[in-house]
Amino acid sequence: MTSTSSAPVLQLRDAAVVHGDRTLWSGLDLDVQAGEFLAVLGANGSGKTTLLKSILGLQRLRSGSVTVAGRPVRRGSNRMGYVQQQRRLDPLMPVRAKDVVRQGLDGHRFGVGLPWRVRWDRVEQALAEVGASPYAEVPFGVLSGGEQQRVRMAQALVTDPELLLCDEPLLSLDLNSQRTITGLVDRRRREHGTAVVFVTHEINPVLPYVDRVLYLAGGRFRIGSVDEVLTSGTLSELYGAPIEVVRSGGRILVAGIPESTQSPHHPAAEELAS
Amino acid sequence: MIHLLESSVGSDVWRQIFDFANYGELLDLVRNSLIAGAVLGLVGGLVSTFVMMRDLPFAVHGVSELSFAGAAAALILGVGVVVGAMTGSILAALVIGALGSRARDRNSIIGVLMPFGLGLGVLFLSLYKGRSANKFGLLTGQIVAIDTPQLRWLIITAVVVVAGLLVIWRPLTFASTDPELAAARGVPVGLLSPIFMLLLGLAVAISVQIIGALLVLSVICTPAAAAMRVTASPRKVPLLSMTFGFVSVVGGILLALGSSVPISPYVTTISFLIYLVCRVIGAWRTSHGWSRSRRSTAQPAAAAAGG
Repeated sequence: MTSTSSAPVLQLRDAAVVHGDRTLWSGLDLDVQAGEFLAVLGANGSGKTTLLKSILGLQRLRSGSVTVAGRPVRRGSNRMGYVQQQRRLDPLMPVRAKDVVRQGLDGHRFGVGLPWRVRWDRVEQALAEVGASPYAEVPFGVLSGGEQQRVRMAQALVTDPELLLCDEPLLSLDLNSQRTITGLVDRRRREHGTAVVFVTHEINPVLPYVDRVLYLAGGRFRIGSVDEVLTSGTLSELYGAPIEVVRSGGRILVAGIPESTQSPHHPAAEELAS
Repeated sequence: MIHLLESSVGSDVWRQIFDFANYGELLDLVRNSLIAGAVLGLVGGLVSTFVMMRDLPFAVHGVSELSFAGAAAALILGVGVVVGAMTGSILAALVIGALGSRARDRNSIIGVLMPFGLGLGVLFLSLYKGRSANKFGLLTGQIVAIDTPQLRWLIITAVVVVAGLLVIWRPLTFASTDPELAAARGVPVGLLSPIFMLLLGLAVAISVQIIGALLVLSVICTPAAAAMRVTASPRKVPLLSMTFGFVSVVGGILLALGSSVPISPYVTTISFLIYLVCRVIGAWRTSHGWSRSRRSTAQPAAAAAGG
C-alpha cells in the first residue's frame, strides 16, 4: 500500500511457520498500518489460521519475528482483539451476552472478580458500539448466529485494541448478518484507526472494504491490492496450475484451484464467491 | 436405625419412612452428620456448577466408583476410609484429566475405568471381615457414622476445594465457555483442566463417604443442573446451586431422622424434586422469559408493527 511515515501496527519479518515437517509459509514480510483492512485468503490448510495464531502468540515461529505496535507479541495482550467463527454454545450455559463481553475484559484474571470492581460501563459501551445493547441480558446460547457475532465483536473490542484479528467471522451467517459484521469492522477501523487482519475464504462480502490481500497457497504467498493479487495470472503462478478469475457485477469468482494434498476432501474447484 | 426395632411388629411402611417421635434427642445424636451434610451440600453445589459447564457428570460418576474402590481397599488395610476414598478419587480424577482432554476420549476412558474400579471395590468388600454396615454404606451412604476426626478431615477438604475454586473462578469460567478464545487471552487452559479435576476428585471423595458412591451425582450435578434451568446469571447459578445442595442434604438428614431407612433416598428425592420444579419454571421461562429480557428498545419496528 502507500508507504506512510508512521510505524505499522503489525509487522512480520522473514516469518516462517512449520507444521510437522511441512512448511506452511516462510519468508513472510508484512506491514499492516493503522486503519488498514488486510484480507487473508487461501485454500484450507494453507496456514491462514496459523498466521493469526502466531500473531496471537499461540503458535511459535520457526524463524523471523512478529511485533504488534512495535513490541514482540505476547499471549493475551490487550492490544489485540480476536473474533472467531460462529459456533453453537449450549443454550443452558450460564453466560449472558454481557458476561461474554466481560470475559474479554477480565476473564483471564484470577479470583472471582469483586462485583463493585467490574467495569460494566466499558462492557455497556462495547455492546452499544456494535448495537447489541438490547440483548445484553439474554443468554448467549439462545442468541441468533448474527447476534452472537456482534457480541463476539464487542468482546474483542472491549479492551480498545489497536489490532483486530478475525478468523472467518462470517461463516454460517446469513447475508444480512454478514453485511452487519463487515460494516462494524469497517466502521471500527475508520473511527478508531484499528488495523484489521481478516481471514476469510470468501472475498466478496469484504470486497468493498479491503485495502490489501495476502494470498497463501502451497507454502507461497502474494501480497498486494485486490487487482494485483486476484488475477488469473497471479493465482495461476501461485498455484502452478491454470486458475480462472472472473469479475462479474462487482463480484470475483475463482475457478480451478487444485485439490490440496493436505486436505483431500477439499473440492477440486473452489469458488471464492458465496 | 433404632426405630426399626421398635416399630418392627405390624408397623406399616409409612411408619418406617416418617416417624418423628423423640426428635429432639435424635438431633443431638446427629449433630456431626448435620454439619457434614451442610458442608457437603454447599461444596457439592458449588462444584456442580463447573461440572455442568464442562459437561463432566459422567466423569463425576467414574471418579466416585474409583473412590469407592479406594475406600474399600482402605477398610481391608485398616488405614481409614477417608484416606482410601481420597486416594482413589484423586488418582481417578488425574487419569481422566490427563488422558481425556476431548469429550469423546474422556467418556471412553471413564467407561473403561468405572467397571474396573467398581469390580475392585466389590473384591475388597468381599475380603473384608469387619462390620457389614460399612460395606453397604460406601455405596449408598453412611452419614450417621461420621465421627469427629472424620468431620475435621471433611471440613479441611471442603475449605481447600472452595478456596481453590475461588482462585481459579474467572479463568475456569472463561476456559469452560470458550477454551480457544480463553487461550488467546492468556488463560492457561491446559493447566486449569487438571487443577479442576483435582478439586473435583476431593469433592467426590467427601461425597462418597456421606452419600455413597452410587448417589454422588445427586449432590455434584443435580443442584447446578436445576439452577441452570432457572437463571443464566453466572453469579446466581452457583449461589442457587449451593442452596439446592444444602437443602437436599440437610433436609434429607432431618427427614431421615424419623425413619428406619438410610438418608440417601431422602437426599436424592429432594434433589430430584428441586430439579423437576426448576425444569418446569425453566420451560415457562424459555417460552416467555428470554424474549422479555430483551430491552424494549430492541424491536421498535416490531412494536410498531404489532401496535
